Amino acid sequence: MTAVLINLLYIAASILFIFGIKKLGSADTARKGNQLSSLGMLLAVVATLLYSGLSWWMVAAGILVGAAIGAVAAARVRMTGMPELVALFNGFGGIASLLVGCAEFVKIRDAGLAEYLVALQQQSGVVVPGWFALLAIGLTILVGGVTFTGSLVAWGKLSGKLAGAAVGFAGQQFINLLVFGAALAGTGLMVAGNGESGVALYAGIGLMVLALVFGVLMTIPIGGGDMPVVISLLNSFSGVAAAMAGFIILNNVLVVAGCLVGASGMILTVIMCKAMNRTLGNVLFSGFGSTGHSGKAVDGEMKPATVEDAYFVLEAAQSVVFIPGYGMAVAQAQHAVKELAELLEEHGAEVRFAIHPVAGRMPGHMNVLLAEADVPYEQLQEMDQVNPVMPTVDVAIVIGANDVINPAAEEDEGCPIYGMPIIRAYEAKTVYCLKRGKGAGFSGLENPLFYRENTRMLYGDAKATISALVAEFGK
Amino acid sequence: MELAPLLLLLFAFTLAIFLGFELISKVPSQLHTPLMSGSNAISGITIVGALLALNTNESALAQWIGFAAVVFATINVVGGYLVTDRMLAMFKKKDGGKGGPKA
Repeated sequence: MTAVLINLLYIAASILFIFGIKKLGSADTARKGNQLSSLGMLLAVVATLLYSGLSWWMVAAGILVGAAIGAVAAARVRMTGMPELVALFNGFGGIASLLVGCAEFVKIRDAGLAEYLVALQQQSGVVVPGWFALLAIGLTILVGGVTFTGSLVAWGKLSGKLAGAAVGFAGQQFINLLVFGAALAGTGLMVAGNGESGVALYAGIGLMVLALVFGVLMTIPIGGGDMPVVISLLNSFSGVAAAMAGFIILNNVLVVAGCLVGASGMILTVIMCKAMNRTLGNVLFSGFGSTGHSGKAVDGEMKPATVEDAYFVLEAAQSVVFIPGYGMAVAQAQHAVKELAELLEEHGAEVRFAIHPVAGRMPGHMNVLLAEADVPYEQLQEMDQVNPVMPTVDVAIVIGANDVINPAAEEDEGCPIYGMPIIRAYEAKTVYCLKRGKGAGFSGLENPLFYRENTRMLYGDAKATISALVAEFGK
Repeated sequence: MELAPLLLLLFAFTLAIFLGFELISKVPSQLHTPLMSGSNAISGITIVGALLALNTNESALAQWIGFAAVVFATINVVGGYLVTDRMLAMFKKKDGGKGGPKA
């Protein structure tokens, strides 16, 4: 009877997850959607606690400790630190799935496969062949492990603890392939040994180590600008790991919820790839920026401007577009930018923010920062909305963006980002580029925009520059 | 025919993939971050598997591994939902301000 009740609750939880994700897809209902899905989670946990025989003090202690850490981290993080926190949480989901796989493997080693399967049947009502259970364990450990270390590397890169640039070495892809193949072989050995033999034990441990190594190998060659792709891919993996764990313990809600996350993460990944006009394989394996090709050298010189010059042009402007990039996040300039935008509006200018889908280090990164600074939702426009009106724009202000406005993507066929859709800042009458220094951007590419006739460079910290502009308006 | 329940599980798995694709395919880019962190919180559902490892019949080793899994999964769940809510609250605030008098 309890089993029926538990499963009914699981179905209810799945429905809440589905509605939750659905509502997350629209601005008006997103918050409600998130609350619905958290309710689903609560329901799933409560239902699980109805199983008899759980160690209560461990359940309580585990949940209390985890909830306290999670709540504090979520409350403390600044919006600029959001990408790395999401990466970190994602990694924790991955290792949790990996540990679930390990715990089930230990149960098999303790009781023997036959007895394990009987206990599993009593708990879940589903009969499975031994190889299926072991295969599910192997895949859970594999995907969970890759998610864990992959997310940790992403976290390190995003928080600046690791060098953000792509790391490459000779024969990297061959080694990746070797490690991945060995991990699959480990899974095979585990299954072949029925999980009980000595070989199966070492295969299991080896599989776990290889999965963890592979997560690192997969993520280190991916450079800063490609981070949005990696983050959404790892997000997808954490869902797949949960779904695999669901196949071990034959649990519907795990399979369904994990699968939903896996699919949605995959879609985001594809959207990010499309926004860069690259395939997923290309992002994962090409080691962007490590090719040494930095685009054509550009004739001419960059023309620096002073804040006063920029002020006079801006004061007269009828229409202004801000194009933010990762540099705005680094300088935490969003509040100053918002202030400047308000002043421009007071002076009669129409203000827009043009957001490239892959600007920043995670999908939607710029939107979160600008939302934090209270920039009105209607002013945020996507690339396809802004590009047609770009020629009518008086001033485009590029804040720490580089690749997403690089005209080489349209003109230079040899350029690594050739074919990537860009925001056509160069079509504006005047372009001001805020940049820390004269060097090439994160990707190491030359940006011909900086050398254009209508472009002026404002060197220095983006926040300081914008604040200086705001001060000029105050005079 | 003993395998029928397992096949049902595979059936649910397949349908959920399609459902996931259908649900997400048209999300405005403004919401990509909350969507990601919200779905990330859902992937913490693995907490169910972790809790089931805390059965007193199991060996101490299995239980302690399960305990660690519960801690990590709970961080993922609680942190993920709260941080998503914080982000979405910011989006909300502006909708309210839009209608109000503008200073």
